[in-house]
Amino acid sequence: MKKLQILFNGILKENPTFVLLLGMCPTLATTTSAINGMGMGLATACVLLCSNTVISLVKKLIPDSVRIPAYIVIIASFVTIVELCLKAWAPAISESLGLFIPLIVVNCIVLGRAEAFAAKNSVLDSALDGLGMGLGFTLSLTVIGSIREFLGSGNIFNISIFPEDYGMLIFILAPGAFIVLGLLMATIQHLKNK
Amino acid sequence: MSYFIIFISAVFVNNIVLSQFLGICPFLGVSKKLDTAMGMSAAVSFVMVLSTLCTFLINSYVLVPLGIGFMQTIVYILVIAALVQMIEIILKKISPALYQALGVFLPLITTNCTILGVAILVIQKNFSLLESLFFAFSTSIGFALALILFAGLREQLRFSSLPKAMQGTPIALIVAGILAMAFMGFSGVA
Repeated sequence: MKKLQILFNGILKENPTFVLLLGMCPTLATTTSAINGMGMGLATACVLLCSNTVISLVKKLIPDSVRIPAYIVIIASFVTIVELCLKAWAPAISESLGLFIPLIVVNCIVLGRAEAFAAKNSVLDSALDGLGMGLGFTLSLTVIGSIREFLGSGNIFNISIFPEDYGMLIFILAPGAFIVLGLLMATIQHLKNK
Repeated sequence: MSYFIIFISAVFVNNIVLSQFLGICPFLGVSKKLDTAMGMSAAVSFVMVLSTLCTFLINSYVLVPLGIGFMQTIVYILVIAALVQMIEIILKKISPALYQALGVFLPLITTNCTILGVAILVIQKNFSLLESLFFAFSTSIGFALALILFAGLREQLRFSSLPKAMQGTPIALIVAGILAMAFMGFSGVA
């Protein structure tokens, strides 16, 4: 039961995007469509799962004073692995996410979870936490991506809902990202205040 | 590419924050007051130019000759982290006044994605060393421009009455969206 709690903690209660406000750069930049948002979310989830597991495994071997650089090296290695895998097997996604794949290294969620959770808990718990947080991130990116794609071009996951001519292009461009996220957060705050 | 075009493009057209979405965390985090925004911008421009210099040299004299370009991400992030730490120590010794002004922002900069982003971008764009440095400098000016404008707006925003649900981050994001819309007016200039 407790294991399930750890897993779902990241998905809803401590959702990294909407509740913890971490990792804003990829959240805004890669959500031009639902599929891009999901790709970015899954890539981050993959890194989070691996880095949390490995950091939890080696936490006793790393001296306290150099732990941050050590964590960064572990994270950067997994980011490089994910980057190379995407380039090989999903070149289209890798092309559209571009710079933001290597920038997973400096995504605050990854280092934040390493420091706040993986450094203190058992391997299985850390892996579950990484998976939960990653899925929470994927979920919120997919939601934002779907909304922007729907308003901007009338599609969700490339399935046409209304003709593209009626889409408001602004939602796919930069300002739309800020406005959609702002309105979503206002909705969440409103629901919480009730 | 001429330096003027690099400058205009990095500051206005492809503004690092408002159209490339890099450095959103400091953009939302330290923009509540005008003077902290200025301190952060100064620290970022300082580190950005220095880190671009280091990473560019390492890329062209170590990574490319050895054929280990795939190590880019790992090497860059370590270089940047070490550099920031070193700047902090040196500033503390040499110029306590400057350290007082920039000190609090320096540890935050390691995880600022603009620094790593620019270091990777200059390699992707095939810039020469001088062009890279100039691009880093222009980008940091663009970052400063967006951050300071936004901080000014947010200072005014505090006095407006808002619906409860909109207070705090939501309205800040919507203001940023309108600012980004204003910057879209520059597209096509360079």
